[in-house]
Amino acid sequence: MTAASRTDGPSGPKPGLKGTASRSSILADRAATVAMWGTGVLVLLILGAIIAHFAIAAWGVVSPSFLVSDPSETALGGILPVLWNSIYILVLTMLIAVPIGILGGIYMSEYAGENAITNVIRLAEESISSVPSIVVGLFGLILFVDDFHWGFSALGGSLALTFFNLPLMTRLAEQALRAVPQEERTASLALGATKWQTIRHVVLPLSIPGLITGIILTAGRVFGEAAVLLFTAGLGTPPHYDFTNFDLTNPASPWSPFRAATTLSVYIYKLNSEGLGAFKNQIIDGSAAILISIVLIFNLGARFLGRVLSRRLTST
Amino acid sequence: MAQLTGAYPVAGLRARPGLRERIDLPKRVVFAAAASMIFIVALLLAFIAWQGIQLFVKDGVPVGQIFSATWQPDSTSPNVTFGLLPFMAATVLVTAGALLISTPLSVGLALFLSEVAPQWARAIVQPALEIFVGIPSVVWGWLGITVLVPFLGQTFHDDIVLSLPVVGTVLTIPGFLTGFSWLAGSLVLSIMIVPTITSVSFDAFRAVPQELRTGSLALGTTRWQTIRHVLLPSALSGVLTAVVLGMTRAAGEALAVQMVIGNSPTMPAAITQPVTTLTSQITLDMGNTVFGEPWQDALWTMSLVLLIISITSVVLVRLINRRRMGA
Repeated sequence: MTAASRTDGPSGPKPGLKGTASRSSILADRAATVAMWGTGVLVLLILGAIIAHFAIAAWGVVSPSFLVSDPSETALGGILPVLWNSIYILVLTMLIAVPIGILGGIYMSEYAGENAITNVIRLAEESISSVPSIVVGLFGLILFVDDFHWGFSALGGSLALTFFNLPLMTRLAEQALRAVPQEERTASLALGATKWQTIRHVVLPLSIPGLITGIILTAGRVFGEAAVLLFTAGLGTPPHYDFTNFDLTNPASPWSPFRAATTLSVYIYKLNSEGLGAFKNQIIDGSAAILISIVLIFNLGARFLGRVLSRRLTST
Repeated sequence: MAQLTGAYPVAGLRARPGLRERIDLPKRVVFAAAASMIFIVALLLAFIAWQGIQLFVKDGVPVGQIFSATWQPDSTSPNVTFGLLPFMAATVLVTAGALLISTPLSVGLALFLSEVAPQWARAIVQPALEIFVGIPSVVWGWLGITVLVPFLGQTFHDDIVLSLPVVGTVLTIPGFLTGFSWLAGSLVLSIMIVPTITSVSFDAFRAVPQELRTGSLALGTTRWQTIRHVLLPSALSGVLTAVVLGMTRAAGEALAVQMVIGNSPTMPAAITQPVTTLTSQITLDMGNTVFGEPWQDALWTMSLVLLIISITSVVLVRLINRRRMGA
């Protein structure tokens, strides 16, 4: 029975039973119903106001040239290098986090028994999720910046982000795999397939829609994160990037993982705390609008792709 | 249904497993991936704990000193004192403020989604909440600076006096200086933790068996009476878990808070005044200090305190849920 059919009717007692509930309790019920609807409306209003606010604030700031120019002290400038760094770090992080997360999810969904080791893994998962992002960033600072002598680097930032988001990716992968009906596994095993063949050829393909949704949701979180990157990937103003320089060992190359890489969110934070330029507010408004748009695209994309893929996969 | 764990569908179908099956490489690989999280946590705990105790071990600061209210970390000042109490107090108070605002709203929203909302309303509100989760903390901070802080500063600039007819003045709260304040921090955080508290409470309400609702409604109660006397008590541990998780998120949030609370390293005096939390002080000072100097060691001690707070909350959540399992 769905919630809708359960709750659509009048909230008070049935007409013939009027005597059982007192007048005041019916009034309280009405008031509570209004209040609960109010919370739902409030959330939508706040979200609508935020989107409208940034749409207005970014009007006249965000343009194609805003996306493809270098930052400037004296003019409006653009956000090309920081946007590039955000995408670069996102891709690098996902390249590391997605395979480990999916493999870990496979263990948690297909192999893990009710035992002490599983319990410890779950405890670790919950612990990392609850550690403040700034502390994860500080951990990256000691490990990568100081101990490994990498300095501020895109790779160090990506690894710190991987640490922070691995529990989320693992849990979403586990959920996606658990959603595959048990009968599919039984049928495959009954045909003589080994456990791994079953996972590889039956469970994984069936869980692709859920996995894609999980990947995109994780990506959304990685893209906006700033506190983890502040002290691992750096917060300086990026130089002009020469995109034809493909020398990965050269720190001046925008393709190199061993270079400081200020991302869009870190750039907003930096501009706010130390930026004195005349265009500071416009640049932050424009950057924030870009961040929110990308988050919106990720969210809607996750829903859309998940739906399309599951329809396609279940119909064949 | 029982999980099929054996690699062979029928025992005895094959007399002896081959070498490849006995080693079961895939199982080892996926186990290593899952267990990597244990490794990460252990490493993180070890590093932060080691750095966090340097203030006491290397710099010889007595442990009791961190509970002093004086923060004078500059080695050139006459009385170098590493009192972390202002930051710990501010973290607790700003978080408490956020929870006070956010909990009723979020639990109400969870009840709305689980008990009241028709399908179409849920189909709108739930995706909206997911977008809330995705909005980066620097964007919340920026909204705080450009919208909330000026509003507070301009609207409540004068002292706020609470007086009763006979007793006279009960309470005077100084007005906002600029708007950068404890309250601004709590308000920004309260919105940021709505999705956390809502989604965990929602799951808790959903987990309450349908029969309990039907039974209560059949006794002639209104929906609100059922929610208050049946649903809320049954889902209490889940709602508590939700609040603890929201608290963890609020206490650990750094940038959004730092941007709106004014960053004054003094004991919190009033809700309208600037304060500094553990996270915001770390964010501000880490870049301006040198590795190994006592000032920076004090920042590491603050992150150790934050780590202890988050580990405590993990244990708390486990205890809350164990009690439910036992009951």
